[in-house]
Amino acid sequence: MMSPSVLLLLGWMLVPLTMTIYFSFLRYNLLNPGTESFTGWTNYYYFVTDPSFTDALVNTISIFGGVLLITTIGGIAFSLLLDQPMWKSGLIRMLVIAPFFVMPTVSALVWKNMFMNPVNGFFGQIASFLGLQPFDFFGQAPLLSVIWIISWQWLPFATLILLTALQSLDREQLEASEMDGANSFSRFIFIILPHLARPITVAILIQTIFLLSIFAEILVTTNGGPGTATTNLTYLIYVQSLLQFDVGAGSAGGVIAIILANIVAIFLMRMIGKNLE
Amino acid sequence: MRAISNNRKAFNTAIALTLGLFMSFPIIWILILSFKSELDAIGNPLQVLLSSWTLDSFSTVQGRSDYLKHFSNSVIISLGSTFLALLVAIPSAWAMAFVPGKQTKNILMWMLSTKMLPPVGVLIPIYLLFRDYGLLDTRVGLVIILTLINLPIIIWMLYTYFKEIPVDILEAARMDGAGLKQEILYVLTPMAIPGIASTLILNIILAWNEAFWTINLTASNAAPLTAFIASYSSPEGLFYAKLSAASIMAIAPILIMGWFSQKQLVRGLTFGAVK
Repeated sequence: MMSPSVLLLLGWMLVPLTMTIYFSFLRYNLLNPGTESFTGWTNYYYFVTDPSFTDALVNTISIFGGVLLITTIGGIAFSLLLDQPMWKSGLIRMLVIAPFFVMPTVSALVWKNMFMNPVNGFFGQIASFLGLQPFDFFGQAPLLSVIWIISWQWLPFATLILLTALQSLDREQLEASEMDGANSFSRFIFIILPHLARPITVAILIQTIFLLSIFAEILVTTNGGPGTATTNLTYLIYVQSLLQFDVGAGSAGGVIAIILANIVAIFLMRMIGKNLE
Repeated sequence: MRAISNNRKAFNTAIALTLGLFMSFPIIWILILSFKSELDAIGNPLQVLLSSWTLDSFSTVQGRSDYLKHFSNSVIISLGSTFLALLVAIPSAWAMAFVPGKQTKNILMWMLSTKMLPPVGVLIPIYLLFRDYGLLDTRVGLVIILTLINLPIIIWMLYTYFKEIPVDILEAARMDGAGLKQEILYVLTPMAIPGIASTLILNIILAWNEAFWTINLTASNAAPLTAFIASYSSPEGLFYAKLSAASIMAIAPILIMGWFSQKQLVRGLTFGAVK
């Protein structure tokens, strides 16, 4: 009974993957059909030595490093707060995690036009109301603005995972340590943080998978610019293949992206695999 | 448990509520702006709040851009891909949970690994295959792609739910004289339905918000809301009231579903590693 799904996934994996690897060794441009020829490692050479590749790599790492820093620290703080006894906790939790359900194109556009726009945006309006110079977010700090928008979407995810984990923490252990005179700081360091170590790792790894493939947020806000200031690897490959029609170079980039994602995937798979024992 | 004073609770509630309002403020703000006229929407926040309310933006969005078409595309694509994937996934998750073989664990891990494949790595072949088979900008094409990319999550989620159904109950049913058909119909199915339902909801959310394939493989006909909103990036997006109205309609159904599926979401997205 497993075979239909195994066959489907096998086809989904093998057919396009083989084609990508095959194309990556071809000189193949959609604008000149019929002129495909084998070029060996040339596509890889040009893709990797192109200065925009280095920029894209740095941006990819900056985006996922920046977002992970914000979501992990913020997620720990938020989940500790939401785990406290309070009224209306269901409603409040929903308010905190709501951004996760907003589709990427909506959150990117709303932040860019309605909040970060220096003239009519919310922040600009507040700044001029206070007599300050409005800050041009996407002009002055495009990458940080993109990181901000993505963090807004993923902070709820980290919070939700850590909150779920906190709720499975043994309360008696906490109370016992309190009776033994542990203050809240040492309870956090010696009981809560070790308990959260695994969920934190899982949250980081899963976000990494998604963050390496960020696309819509960049397409909608900056188109990768100005210059290559916000171009990540995914966006660079998209430009190469669907805008410049260079299938060969785009495929070489695709193979490189797959290799990078696999390095992360191996760690994630080990974590999840342990759970199956 | 020790009793917690009401003062402490009130204090916690106040801080957490502030945090919640801060996080969801952009959503609340576009909800307000969607009921304002275009002219009022670009005023300063105080003017926005004091201006009169109107439903104009909603009707303009529908009239100018055929909003309903994109909305129904989103519904068809997310529901279609979810049901198709469930159809394939239920038997395999069932088999792996109740009749595990030596290779079950490896197969599960391998299925998971397909999810780690970055979509951009196979963008070109899929694009070219779609072009050659006339699937570009069709709803059928997107249903196929979204079925495939979410299949591993669905199988995993169903597997973790089915795994929790106690096998002893089957033996008890057999002792009481239930045949295979009755076993499935009266014992297993009722116990499996909650798990299937949460898998369904999570997958509709994921498919609804998917924004890589939906943008790259559609132009106008089959474009779901993700792609439709992306087309607002300029210059339409500077019409705040219309952008707000279009956005609110696009995210409302999912926010409501999300409300009911917070717990299942964690389980589904962490492949059972955090419950």
